[in-house]
Amino acid sequence: MDRKIRVVVAKPGLDGHDRGAKVIARAFRDAGMEVIYTGLRQTPEQIVATAIQEDADAIGISILSGAHEYCFKTIIDLLKEKKADDIIVFGGGVIPETDYPTLLGFGAGAIFGPGTPTAETIEWLEKAVAEKREKEAK
Amino acid sequence: MFEPKQLQEVAEGRKAYEAAVAKALTKGPERKENFTTGGGIPLKRTYTPEDVDSVDYTKDLGFPGVYPFTRGVQPTMYRGRFWTMRQYAGFATAEDSNKRYRYLLSQGTTGLSVAFDLPTQIGYDSDDPMAVGECGKVGVAVDSLADAEILFGGIPLDKVSTSMTINAPASVLLSMYIAVAEKQGVPMKALSGTIQNDILKEYIARGTYIFPPKPSMRLITDIFKFCSENIPKWNTISISGYHIREAGSTAIQEVAFTLADGIAYVEAAMKSGQDPNVFGKRLSFFFNAHNDFLEEVAKFRAARKVWARIMKERFGVTEKSAQMLRFHTQTAGCTLTAQQAENNIVRVAVQTMAAVCGGTQSLHTNSLDEALALPTDKSVRIALRTQQIVAYESGVTNVVDPLAGSYAIEALTKQIEEGAWEYIKKIDELGGMMTAIEKGYPQKHIQDAAYDYQKSIESGDRTIVGVNKFHIDEDMSERKLLKVDASVGVNQIKKLREMKEKRDNVRVKTTLDAIREGAKGEVNLMPLILDAVHAYATEGEICGVLREVFGEYKENVVL
Repeated sequence: MDRKIRVVVAKPGLDGHDRGAKVIARAFRDAGMEVIYTGLRQTPEQIVATAIQEDADAIGISILSGAHEYCFKTIIDLLKEKKADDIIVFGGGVIPETDYPTLLGFGAGAIFGPGTPTAETIEWLEKAVAEKREKEAK
Repeated sequence: MFEPKQLQEVAEGRKAYEAAVAKALTKGPERKENFTTGGGIPLKRTYTPEDVDSVDYTKDLGFPGVYPFTRGVQPTMYRGRFWTMRQYAGFATAEDSNKRYRYLLSQGTTGLSVAFDLPTQIGYDSDDPMAVGECGKVGVAVDSLADAEILFGGIPLDKVSTSMTINAPASVLLSMYIAVAEKQGVPMKALSGTIQNDILKEYIARGTYIFPPKPSMRLITDIFKFCSENIPKWNTISISGYHIREAGSTAIQEVAFTLADGIAYVEAAMKSGQDPNVFGKRLSFFFNAHNDFLEEVAKFRAARKVWARIMKERFGVTEKSAQMLRFHTQTAGCTLTAQQAENNIVRVAVQTMAAVCGGTQSLHTNSLDEALALPTDKSVRIALRTQQIVAYESGVTNVVDPLAGSYAIEALTKQIEEGAWEYIKKIDELGGMMTAIEKGYPQKHIQDAAYDYQKSIESGDRTIVGVNKFHIDEDMSERKLLKVDASVGVNQIKKLREMKEKRDNVRVKTTLDAIREGAKGEVNLMPLILDAVHAYATEGEICGVLREVFGEYKENVVL
């Protein structure tokens, strides 16, 4: 049987809006995933360390403070530096659509805006992790 | 409320009505099997005198301006003057925000409301490693008195009332405000405004805490005392349900957890030897105006009634103005949609009506683009105009508490009141709100409600227009949104470093040392912080010294 998907749900920076992070964490859990929720005020270094230590398949970043460009870029760069860039990075929050191309350009897998059904995010993540594992198995 | 004969007639009438309902149902079912309010309170098909028979007009409702203030805190309400139209604003630098404030004042806003960026809210200077990427993003960056001088430049602080959303470092920002006013020649006693200063809801729902609960409560009660003696017109706290609701609570939980926080503050201040008849007058509240119009109107009325009873019966408060629950309202940010964002104007209008029919003292209306970014000048103007239209054109302001006596409104008011008392009782049993927070009690209830809310949207039980129904394809990339440039942080850091070179650094050290010593003892910290602010000590330096002595709060993660 397949190993369960392990996902870190992260709140980077000083942003205290954790409703979305907690809702999506519970939705992932209800969908059968193993969820590690970081809590508030995590630095990019802490988030990356958690993801590596927990052997996570993916990091889901929730950010509503406008600091998304800095946070996504730093986390993705750190993963590369630590040769852990097989870990999928995705996220959501209050992020203008015009910034999506920048974040995707850094290497984010997907950005989910306000109003996205959790089912859509779950479906995307399951597919992304399956593809990743298939690639690794080769 | 009614004569037995009247009730008997109603009961008879009900039989005929129920027969008619049964007949209607044979032709087709109702839209839903069960109807509830947005916050999940079961609703009847219709309400009659039977539902409000237990309401005692004099005891439960009374007249506006009279205990228990269910019908409002002033006798004339908006016939006297409208609520304060106060738009929460702040972004980028002090110069940028000052410009926005002057624009808002020129457009008829009647009070300022300052949004600080996250480093400022959490006691970090702009050059702190924790502040990278955050400077000026969700509010204005204020590092020292030098920034505050620019922020309020050209704004007469004796004429404008200012609300500041600042909690853990509230003493520091209040001190800066006092110092700017002094430079304008305005004495403390002429100042009016509000600091949020509500740390408990930061632990529960908002996240900008710094210190652990005990020293945080001390900072708060120090402010109560300092203001009672020096700034009598200042609202020393804004006990906030807004963020609790935004985090996903129900309407009943919003009232209950907010008032339970209020109880904790009153108890802490009384323990420090203060008289609730005095400091109680300067407690203010802050609620959310969500989508369900009837429930929200009832919620505001219930909150006033429960608080009046708490102050009078639990704390023995006899001063009328210390029994009154005065509150600010903000329309619910969490109801705004990114999809078909123009529809948000209508949501905000409905929420504004609820806040006004519920008797708010001041109001912030959200802008249509806030599910995506900070609002533009144009969208802020529309939000302000929405308030002005309700004030000047809708007519609901011409009668005090216009929905009183509606069977549904009175029944819901009672239900929310009863629901709130149940939670308050439970929190008392747990040992008060501080213990309840440590145990994760309010957090857990809020998260459960938030998850249920999301599930109800995904199952289609709850319709969000433009999101899970009436969807269209739209190109969102063409929208004009406000963007805070990364150069803001760079310039702010440069300004901060220049300021640090110019100031009297010996005096800074002396005043910071005094705070450190004071924090170790029991003196009131407000005068010491005010001294340091006068010396241009930065917010990060002051909070840094307090961090040394008090330590930092660690979140109890509840999932």
